[in-house]
Amino acid sequence: MSALTVFYALLFYAAAGILVAGVLARCWRYARTPQPLKIPIPPAPTTRRGVALRMIAEVTLFRSLFHSNKWIWLFGWVFHAALLVVLLRHLRYFTEPVWLWVDLIQPLGLYAAFALLAGLAGLWARRFLVDRVRYISSASDHLMLALLVAIAASGLAMKYVAHTDIVALKAFFLGLMAFDWQPLPADAPLLIHLTLVALLMIVFPVSKLMHAPGVFFSPSLNQVDDARERRHLAGWSARLTQPGATRGH
Amino acid sequence: MAAAFETPAIGEYPVIPLVREGTMAHSKPFVAKPEHQAPLGFPGELVPDWEKVAVKRLGELVSESRALQVYLDSCVKCGACTDKCHYYLGTADPKNMPVARQDLLRSVYRRYYTFAGKHFPKLVGARDMTKGVLDEWYGYFHQCSQCRRCSVFCPYGIDTAEVSMAARDIMDSVGVGQKYSNEIIGKVHKIGNNLGLPEPALRDTLEGLEEDVKEATGVDVRFPLDEKGAEVLLITPSADFFAEPHIDGLIGYAKVFHAAGISWTLSSHASEAANFSLFIGNHDNLQKVAARIREAALELGARRLVVGECGHAWRVAYSFWNTLIGPFDFLDARYPAPQHICEVTWDLIQRGALTLDKSANDDKVVTFHDSCNVSRGSRMGGVPGGQFTIPRGIIRACVNKFVDMAPETIGETTFCCGGGGGLLTDDLVELRVKGALPRMQALQQVVDEYGVNYLAAICAICKSQFTKVLPYYKHPMDMIGSVHGLVSNAIVLTPKP
Repeated sequence: MSALTVFYALLFYAAAGILVAGVLARCWRYARTPQPLKIPIPPAPTTRRGVALRMIAEVTLFRSLFHSNKWIWLFGWVFHAALLVVLLRHLRYFTEPVWLWVDLIQPLGLYAAFALLAGLAGLWARRFLVDRVRYISSASDHLMLALLVAIAASGLAMKYVAHTDIVALKAFFLGLMAFDWQPLPADAPLLIHLTLVALLMIVFPVSKLMHAPGVFFSPSLNQVDDARERRHLAGWSARLTQPGATRGH
Repeated sequence: MAAAFETPAIGEYPVIPLVREGTMAHSKPFVAKPEHQAPLGFPGELVPDWEKVAVKRLGELVSESRALQVYLDSCVKCGACTDKCHYYLGTADPKNMPVARQDLLRSVYRRYYTFAGKHFPKLVGARDMTKGVLDEWYGYFHQCSQCRRCSVFCPYGIDTAEVSMAARDIMDSVGVGQKYSNEIIGKVHKIGNNLGLPEPALRDTLEGLEEDVKEATGVDVRFPLDEKGAEVLLITPSADFFAEPHIDGLIGYAKVFHAAGISWTLSSHASEAANFSLFIGNHDNLQKVAARIREAALELGARRLVVGECGHAWRVAYSFWNTLIGPFDFLDARYPAPQHICEVTWDLIQRGALTLDKSANDDKVVTFHDSCNVSRGSRMGGVPGGQFTIPRGIIRACVNKFVDMAPETIGETTFCCGGGGGLLTDDLVELRVKGALPRMQALQQVVDEYGVNYLAAICAICKSQFTKVLPYYKHPMDMIGSVHGLVSNAIVLTPKP
């Protein structure tokens, strides 16, 4: 067992642990924090079903963003959709036998990688070209884009520049999951790719990437517009001392 | 006094201005004096160790509000909101872009409450709480009218109003309050309305109105005060008692009640629909001001609560009253509690209970300004969007000539009048005039194309704000009017036998 294998095995255990624990802890905090008042933003649905549909439209089609700005929507949606395809395609390195649908989307994966880069390039270009967006961008916004571009580029490098031993890589990850460590191929593009992915997993819970779980907890999007029909009480509003008031839910 | 300034020019098309840093850095409302702070339970001046107090209060607010928690974490700086704020469009000051305004507070939150901000402040733009930061907060969180337009466009629904309310609450908690809002809230606590109008003066005014209407119509339309047993308790902004064109609205409500045979009353104890505590983000005061309304309704034995034309008041009533002063189990369950005056009038129109003569408004070509808090903080009627269709339905029933302004400037994407959120004060007149630019741009278009000469609204703040700013844009100040002013003109009353 080489030091390299041990290092990356431990790195990925740590990164996965931090990602899962960090995101769960943050979601737990969101879920536990009360929202004392009703603040849905229109067009606010009047039923829970309506809210579910609204949320689906937001997270799959980026509905609000589409109304807001077609360029950000185009780049942002292409990036996210491509990222999803790329991530699903990567399932083949973690499953044996490979699921049929993962095999079926395999040819899409390559196009998706380029689409992902194109989306990122568009988003990054806006941070330089649009003065308003340039003004609001901080170092971390640029670094996050740099990280994602580098991950995509190092991934593509394994396809077009220097092939890696993909069979051995798969054995490494299957081994990690079974706690039966297998050697990791020592190829530069692969090691760069894996390092950056681990870094992304580690910073995820303390970065703006938390918008992904955060959107589901956003009261302006997930509340039902029924303030007159149902008395909403939570947190300080549940503790109000109002004569005749009924308490709790 | 505010320095001299230029009214923005209205071009042929709306333009998103290029960033010009610091153009509104000088804009600050008068600071509350100790006597304005005390009745609200706030310290009178900057407290010792204020930085720590402010940071602690910030932590408390975030732990009490899922909205703040999620909003402060989730922004990705995509830029979708940057061209949506009327104050940015009117001033070009980048700190008036919603994301930049949020970042004034987010930067401090990050510094003290997040891993990245504690350990890598430069990287994520985290800042210590300093006097410079506090001054910047005071200036720019009083350049937000909490209209929520940005949040309609945000992919995560991040609501800058929530952030600006939190910032104002923190400033109040360290002794730096805004004179305009806090003085007014104090008057409500003490007397019952924003104007500080005591019961005898109110009674006198209402009697005068009865005489005026009798003279104009020959009909005895009543304006009852503190009448026990009346079916409806009307809660309306106190501006309706005195200000033009608000008062025409009040006359309109009275005529509607009269024509429909609904007994109603005003209350001297709860003679105010406005609740400026919303603007300063303080929930103790929010609840305390609202509580007067429950007390009055119980005292008078009213069975329906109806709210007059006031934007933020309707948001508080529709969205928060049930929470703050409910349950309304003592009211007539056949009616929504509370009910907007437009819902009342619209129901009556649909039932054919009102006789309306549209030709009485034939001198007018009318357009409708959707008020931000009605549009984005509430609803009317039983289906989403009722807050847009119902007022328009009433106007169309009362006038022959109605046109809407450009679709992206009305409905849920309506532009604020420029004076909402506690900014309707003369010490902010430059901000108010510049912030009105997007609305004035849209108005100019329908004036030029359709000859619009009447801008109807259902918000006391909008009405006062437009009265002030319309002349800056070369329109007559009396172009703004109440929706129920139109009803008042059109309604045909028959004298009781």
